[in-house]
Amino acid sequence: MKHKTFFWFFLPTALAMFLFIALPLTSIVSQSLHTPHDAVLVVVESCDPFGCKSETTIDHEASKQIKEEQPKGKWVGFEIYTDRNHLAFKEVGELWENKTNFIDFVSNLNNLPFYRAMGFTLTYVIVVTPLVILFGLIIALAVNSLHRHLKGLMVFFSLLPMIVTPLVGSLILFWMIDARGIIGSGLQELFADPTLSLKASTGLTWITLIVYGVWHSAPFAFIVFYAGLQTVPKETLESAMIDGATRFQQVMHVVIPHLSPLVAFVALIQLMDNFRVFEPIVGFSAEAHATSLSWIIWNDIGQEIRLLSSAATTSVLTIIGVVILLLPVLIRTWREFNPEK
Amino acid sequence: MFLRKIATVVALTTLASSAWAGCGISEGRVSIVGNEFPAIQTIGAGAMECAGDGVTVETNLTADHQKINLPGMTGNPAEFTSAIVANSSIVALMNNDVIRPLNDLVAKHGQGLQKSQLVTIDGNIMGIAFMANAQHLTYRSDVLKDQRLSPPTTYEEMLVAAAKIRKSGLMQNPVGGAYKAGWNLAEEFVNMYMGHGGEFFKPGTAEIAVNNQQGVDSLNMMKSLSEYMNPDFLTHDSNATSAEWKAGNVALMNMWGSRIGALRGDEVDAAVVAATATGGPMTVGGGSTAASTLWWDGWTVAKNISDADAEATFIAMMHAIRPEMLNDTTSPQAVWLIDGYEPTPAAAGVFAAAAMGTKPYPMLPYAGLMHSAAGAELVDFMQGKETAEQALAGLEAAYTTAAKEKGYL
Repeated sequence: MKHKTFFWFFLPTALAMFLFIALPLTSIVSQSLHTPHDAVLVVVESCDPFGCKSETTIDHEASKQIKEEQPKGKWVGFEIYTDRNHLAFKEVGELWENKTNFIDFVSNLNNLPFYRAMGFTLTYVIVVTPLVILFGLIIALAVNSLHRHLKGLMVFFSLLPMIVTPLVGSLILFWMIDARGIIGSGLQELFADPTLSLKASTGLTWITLIVYGVWHSAPFAFIVFYAGLQTVPKETLESAMIDGATRFQQVMHVVIPHLSPLVAFVALIQLMDNFRVFEPIVGFSAEAHATSLSWIIWNDIGQEIRLLSSAATTSVLTIIGVVILLLPVLIRTWREFNPEK
Repeated sequence: MFLRKIATVVALTTLASSAWAGCGISEGRVSIVGNEFPAIQTIGAGAMECAGDGVTVETNLTADHQKINLPGMTGNPAEFTSAIVANSSIVALMNNDVIRPLNDLVAKHGQGLQKSQLVTIDGNIMGIAFMANAQHLTYRSDVLKDQRLSPPTTYEEMLVAAAKIRKSGLMQNPVGGAYKAGWNLAEEFVNMYMGHGGEFFKPGTAEIAVNNQQGVDSLNMMKSLSEYMNPDFLTHDSNATSAEWKAGNVALMNMWGSRIGALRGDEVDAAVVAATATGGPMTVGGGSTAASTLWWDGWTVAKNISDADAEATFIAMMHAIRPEMLNDTTSPQAVWLIDGYEPTPAAAGVFAAAAMGTKPYPMLPYAGLMHSAAGAELVDFMQGKETAEQALAGLEAAYTTAAKEKGYL
C-alpha cells in the first residue's frame, strides 16, 4: 500500500483513537495529579425542622476566586498515587519494618484498599483466564462433534451466558444462591449443613465470583475456538488417524497447535477483561469480601463524596496494571509475527 | 374488554393532564430525581399532575439517586431541576454549589409553608422539608408475648430477647438489620456511636476522632447483634431486611419509619401484619441519647437552570406537598411536615424518636467522607478478621486521606 493511501485509509481510525482514547487519557492523568483547592469553611447559623444551630459549611464566594485563578485545582504531583488509599508507600514500608513474618505482612497488606483489591483481582485473573480457555475448548470440541442439525441450536444455547447482561446475570444468580434460593438451599441439603451460606464467608464468595466469571466468559472462548475448528486441515487429521493417533492425541498434537494463535488472542482479551472485574461484585453485593480496582473507581465517583482525583489515580493504575499483565502475551505475539532473520 | 381498558387509561391520562391548570404553570421544564420509597413516590406523582401544555414533568426515583443527582445537576443547563434529598445528601449538593437559594420563590409562591419546613443556611433557604424520618425499634408483638418479653428499650435488652427467642426455637436469627457493607453499615455505626455519646470530629475541625472507647463499644455491640442475624447480613440493605421481616423470619429490628407502612402490605401474611409493632429508638451502653439519628427529607431547586424552569419546578413541588394531598393512603406513608397532617400509628416510632431528643444526622461538608470510609473499613471487623481498634484506625486513616484530597484538612 502506498503511504498516501495508507494515510487516508487510517485517518478516521487515528482520529477516533485520538478523540476517544488519547484525549480522555490525558485528562485522567492530569486529573490524578491535581486535587480540589483547600475548602474555605465558615460556621454559619443553619436551621431545619429540628431547630437552629451553628454548623460548618463551605464558603462558595471565597472558594470561587481561588477556583477561577487555578481552574485545574491544586497541583499535588504523585501525592495521591502514594497515599494510603492507593499505593500506600509509607504504610507498606511501616508494615514491612514491623512484620513478624511474611504471612503476617501479607494479611496486614489486606487492610489497605489498593492491595485488598489487587489480591482478589489477581486471584480472579489467574484462576478464571485458564479455566475459560479450557472450558471454551472443551465446549467447542463437543459442539463440533455433534450432528450438523443439532449444532446451530447448541451454539445458541452455549452463547446464552454471554448474551445476558453481566449485572442481570449476576443478580439472578445472587438470588438463586441465597440461603432461601434454589441453589443455596440445594447446597445446604447436599452438604447437610443448614447454616451453609455462600454469601457469608470470603472464601465461598470468591469461589462464587470465580464460577460466575467462568460461566459468563466461557462462551466467548467457545465461539472463537469453534470458528477456529472449522479451519483445521482435514488432511493432517486424516494422516494422524492413519498413524493410529487416538482422539485425544489428535486434539493434543494437531488441533491445539493449529488453534494456538487463537488461544493467545483469547488469553489477551480475557486477561484484560478479568482484570477489570466489576459487575459481579456489585451484582453479588460482594464488596465486603472482594473488591477490584474498577469497583474502587465506581465507589469513589458513584457516591455523593465524588473523589475525582482518587478515581482518576485508580484509573491510571488500572491501565498500568493491564499493560503489565499483557506484556508477556504481547511480546510473544510480536516475536511470532517478526521472526528473527 | 381490552379496548375498554385502553379507553380507561386514555381517560385517566386526559384527566391527569387537564389537571395542570390547577398548578398554575404556563410553561417550563420540571425534572425530579429522588430516592424510591412510598412517600417520595407520592411526591413524584403529585408533581406529575402539573404536566400539560408547555409543561413537562419527569421523575427519576431510584435507590441510586445519590449517585446521579450531583452529576445530573452539575451541567448547564442541569438535567434535573429538582433533587429530593435528606439532611445528609443536601450537603453534597451545597458543597458543589449546584442548588439555588429559594428565598425569592418562597416569598412569591410559598404561602402555605411553615417556618420549620425551611432549611436555612446562613439566611439562604436551600431546601423545603416535607417529611421527617428516623430508625427505631420494630418488633413482633406475638413472638415477644409468647416469650413473655416486653419490647426492648435498650440494645442490651434486645440481645437478651434475641437469645431467648433463639433458645425457644421459634426463630434461628430473630434480629434483622440493614448491615449491608457500605452506606447501610456505616449508618448503623453512626447510630450506635451517637447512642454512646460519641463525637465524630474534634470540635471545630475536620479532624476525625472515632478511635476511642465509644467507637470500640459501638462496634462490639454491632458485632453482638450480628450474631443473631441472618449470616448474610453484610449483603442486606433496607429492602432485603424488610423482605426478611415480611417473610416472618425476624422478630426485632431497627428500621426506618418510612418503611413501616410497607411492612403491612397486602402480600404479607396477615399474622405478621397484625403483630408488626413499633417502639421508639433504643439506647445503648447505659446512655440516655437514642442510638439513632433524625432525618428530614425535602426538595431543592437546581442552580444551573433558567428562572422560568426554576419557578415551574418550585410550583410543581409546592403542588406535590399541598395539604390536600394528605388522605388515607398517603398519611401512613411518612411523618409529613405538611400543615394538617394527623399522625397515624405507623408514625409512632418517629415521633418517639423526636420526643427522646434524638440528634439529627450531622450536616457537615465532610460527614459524607466519614460515612463512606466507615462503610468500607468496618467490614473486616464485622467478619471477625480484625479488632475493633484496627478497624477504627483504618476508618480514621481512610477518612484522613480522602479529606486531604478534598481539601478539608
